Parts: sequence; C-alpha cells; structure tokens
Amino acid sequence: MSAQDPPVNSPEIRRLARVLEPGHSYASVTDKIASIVLTRPVSIGWLAGFAVAFSLLMLLTVAVAWLIIKGVGIWGINIPIGWGFAIVNFVWWIGIGHAGTLISAILFLLNQKWRTSINRFAEAMTLFAVACAGLFPLIHTGRPWMAYYMFPYPSTMGIWPQFRSPLIWDVFAVSTYGTVSALFWFVGLIPDLATLRDTAKNKAAQIIYGMLAMGWRGSARHWHRYQSAYLLLAGLATPLVLSVHTVVSFDFSIAIVPGWHTTIFPPYFVAGAIYSGFAMVLTIAIPLRKAYDLQDFITMRHLENMAKVMLATGLIVAYGYFFEFFMSLYSGNKFDVFLVQQRLHGPYSHYYFALILCNILTPQLLWIQKVRTNVAVLFVMSLVINLGMWLERFVIVVISLTRDFVPSAWGRYQATFWDYGTFVGTLGLFTTLIFLFVRALPAISIAEMRELVHTEEEHE
Amino acid sequence: MNVPHANVVYGLVGEFDTPEQLMSAARKVREAGYHRIDAYVPFPVEGLSDALGLGRRQDLVPLLTLIGGLGGGLTGFFFQLWVSMSAYPLNIGGRPLNSWPAFIPVTFELTVLGASTFAVFGMLALNKLPQPHHPLFNIQRFKRASVDKFFLCVEAHDPKFHLVETARLLQSVNAQHVTEVRDED
Repeated sequence: MSAQDPPVNSPEIRRLARVLEPGHSYASVTDKIASIVLTRPVSIGWLAGFAVAFSLLMLLTVAVAWLIIKGVGIWGINIPIGWGFAIVNFVWWIGIGHAGTLISAILFLLNQKWRTSINRFAEAMTLFAVACAGLFPLIHTGRPWMAYYMFPYPSTMGIWPQFRSPLIWDVFAVSTYGTVSALFWFVGLIPDLATLRDTAKNKAAQIIYGMLAMGWRGSARHWHRYQSAYLLLAGLATPLVLSVHTVVSFDFSIAIVPGWHTTIFPPYFVAGAIYSGFAMVLTIAIPLRKAYDLQDFITMRHLENMAKVMLATGLIVAYGYFFEFFMSLYSGNKFDVFLVQQRLHGPYSHYYFALILCNILTPQLLWIQKVRTNVAVLFVMSLVINLGMWLERFVIVVISLTRDFVPSAWGRYQATFWDYGTFVGTLGLFTTLIFLFVRALPAISIAEMRELVHTEEEHE
Repeated sequence: MNVPHANVVYGLVGEFDTPEQLMSAARKVREAGYHRIDAYVPFPVEGLSDALGLGRRQDLVPLLTLIGGLGGGLTGFFFQLWVSMSAYPLNIGGRPLNSWPAFIPVTFELTVLGASTFAVFGMLALNKLPQPHHPLFNIQRFKRASVDKFFLCVEAHDPKFHLVETARLLQSVNAQHVTEVRDED
C-alpha cells in the first residue's frame, strides 16, 4: 500500500483491508494452524459443543431407525403433499454446500486473495452439507435399501432408469458434486497433511497423517502438476456448482405445478444457494475464529466481504421473488394468480411473510458498514438468513402442493415430531462433523497461508 | 563418476531461507551444467519451474483432464441413448425415443466427473504418489521443507555429479546445511 493515498492509508481502512494481520512468517502461520490439530488440549467449550451436537446426531439415528421400522407414515407427508420436510431439507442443505465451492473454485479463478483463509473449512462445510442433503432423498424413498434402483446398472429385471426425469438428473448431479467436492478438498489438503506429518510429535499422528499425505515432499515438479490439476479442478467445479442447483430447481420447474413451472427457478435457486451458503460460512467462521484465536487470519475484511456477497445474492433472490410474483399475475393464468393469493392470504401465509422478513428485509441492514463490521450482528444475521432460506423452500414445496388445480385434491400439511427430529438430527450430524474436522484437520489451508505471507511481504 | 557407494547416494541437498535465494541458487547450479536438480518448497513458488528449467511441456495433466472429460461425456451421452432407444424404450405419449436434450444434464455431470477424476488421479500418478519412501525423508532437517525452508537437491544420476565438487558448488551459492542424501535406513 503506497503512502500517497491518504484515504486508503487511514488506520480504519487499513485494518479492514487486510486479509492477513502483519507480523506473520511461514513458521508462525504453520504453527498457529497446525497447533489447533496437534498440540492444543481439548477445551471444555469444544467438549460441550460436541456433546450437544452428538446428542442431536443420536436423535437422527433414532429418527431414521424409527422411519425404517414404521415407514414414511411417521412423517407429516400425505397425498397431495408427498414431498414435505424431506425435500425442503434436501434443497436447503444442498444449497448451503454451494458457498464452499464458490469460495474455493470461483474466487480462486478470480484470484481473490481473501478466499485463502476461509476456503478449507468452507469446502469441509460443503462436503458435510452434501452428506446431510443426500440423506433426505434416500430416506424419503421409504425403502432406502432399494435406493440403488436409481443408478443405471444391468439388473436381472432388465429395467433401466428414466433418463428424461429430473429426479435421475438429480442423482447424477448430487453424486458428481459430492465426489468432485471431496476430490477438490483432498487435493487441497495434501500439502497440509505433509506439514502435519512433519510437525507431529506423536507417533500415531505421524503415521496417520503420513499415510494420508501419500509421501508428498513439496518437489517443484510435483507442485507444477499439482497447480495445474488444482486450476483445472477449479475450472470444472465452477460450472458444476452452477449446474447442481439448476438441476435441483428442475425437480420443481419441469413439473406443471403452479409456482414451480417457471423459468426463473434455475438462476434464482443458484443465487439462493450461494446466499444461504455464505450465511452458513459466517455461522461457522465467527465462532471458529473466536474459539481458536484466528482473528489474524479470518479478518474483518473476510467477514465484511462475505456480508457483501450475502447482500448481493440476497438482492438477486429478492428479484427472483418479485418476478415470480409478477409473472404469475401478468400471465393471467388463474392457477398462478390463485397461488399468489395463497401465498399472501392462504393457510401458510405466515411462512411467506416470515420468509420476506428474513430474506429480504433484514439483510438490507447490510448496506450499513457498521452492521457489516459488527461480528455479533453478523452472526445473528447469518442465522436469520439460514432460517429464511429454509422458509423459502418450505413455501415453494408446501404452498404449491397443498392447493393445486382441483379443490377436491387439496390438502394440508403438518410436520410431525419425527419431521423435526430428522431435520434437527441432520443439524447434529453436520455440527458433529464440523467439530471433528476442526480438531483432526487444519481448518485453514497452511500452504496457501504461506503463499499469502510471501505475497504480502513482496507488497510491503 | 568415481564416487564411492554411487548406488546408494541419492544426491546432495542444500537449504535456503527464502524462495528468492533458492531461485537464484537454482539458476546458478543450472548454469554450472547440472540438469538433474529439483527443489522442495513449502508452497508453490512462482517462477521456480523456469528457474529449474522444467518448462511447460512435461505437464500432461491438462491433456489427461481433456481425455477424462471427453470420455465421461461421450460415454454418458451414448449410454443414455442406448438405454432410452434400445435397452429399455419407454413410449411416453408417442414422443421420440431419441430425446437428446433431456440427456444433456447427465452428460454434463459425467463430463465433469470424468475430467475431475482424471485430473486428480492423473496428477497423483504422474507425480508417482503415493510414495511412502523417499531418500530425502532420511534427512532430519528435510522435515522443514513442509514448514518454512526451501531445499535444492542435485541428484546423483546427473552426469556432472561429484560428491565434493557439487557440495562445494552448493555452498558457493549460499546453501546452508549441505548434506549428502543416502538411500538407506
């Protein structure tokens, strides 16, 4: 930063502009991040958080076991509302995953330095969110042990999947997304696993990290191919992440149900996915940086940038809501007009108004810089947006299905204890995995932080 | 090449504090006529490949990725076509069996899947990883190659390699802790 620019040089702007606080060396970033995994004792806070998360995970196992014993009748789904919580939660979780890929792939291609300290745990978040998401269609089949029917395999019955169905596209999109996210994450981890192998004092840790690092030794020849593979993966993950939520939106928009059959769904689903994903990254980042003193690495600049991305994607979502509304009325189609009335005055209108409050009105506070730089407010805001995005999927799934074309086919939907239990249970699964991840693998990419130390030194 | 135990000597390794020192040393060693050299660094250093004279031509990862992507996409598309037209034709309101636009999402996903797996496993295979044993791991100080130090290694199968001469050269380019690397336990 040059001294000729007085406004940029003001202490406040300098503090905000940093992606890494000064005074760090290769060794100090390594030590700071690796110590969380290798030497830091287990804290009471971690144990308490893990205990809560793990109890919720146990609730999930009970809920799924009971589901397998009794069948999907324990949920509130019925005819006509066959989708219910399972699909609401599926779409919600898969959307959350999208921010991880966006941060790791798209911001990488755009050469955004601020992605460095948040990409690792955002990718982990993606993987865990995809795991939670994948569970729902699986158990929603009612006979999860038959789920392999969805994959094309030469069966003795001679039947094959219907490749014209968006539900089959979903199988391919989500499984590809899970695989590619895992590969991307693991490739990024290899150099850090080597660091952990070399800095661990404990024999078991040396062996485990040594096996995972696969003999990585940082050879220039290896780095050369590694970088080209990483760049290609980023290039491949970028259209992939856009395609996944597009395909998820096809599950709805290819059907003729009022409120689903619209062309705005793919872009607005993708924007919504990134919106909720960034909210979840903030929900994780804020406690993480506090608990492990990572304020030097996850700076105000990161939090503020994420808040700006939320504001921007939130506006795209608002645009989507508006045009959904407008097109329904403008089309003159009486079922579409009726749907708008149902959203505003129907039995589930309070969900719709809560959605507008959470997703459109509250985030407008992010225009104010004081709000974007207030950590506590941002944390609350991220929870509000997560809730709002869940409500959005509820509105889409339930309001459209309860009252479609013929009044004799209308119904009502009331979630049961087991619906909530399964949903809260997946929150437990997700949080448990995050807690284990933070203690078992470096939550910030150490190799990339060293690179950042190097480039920051060059700029001084 | 009259070096004792030439069969077990892997090379000579020297240590540097910064990537800039490493790169200038690598250039000097190459100017001295050595070609079998490699550097070991804790993060990718821009310009290091050029300093070592690696060039772009050795990099087969993009080609493998292209092959994986084309293979995945073509397999996916024609497989769907075969299933829908021949293996299990479903007549839905008399619509054509070859409804290719409906096959694009799965084709796209399989293209990305094929390309990504080829990129990652191709990169690992070309790097000959996993490779649990390597002579450099016998050097205690080499552990810092994954933390904060930059290493330059002149390998013993370089025609110009001479234990004493090469060690002197490494010292003259300011390498610290110049050590002989042996492939033994």
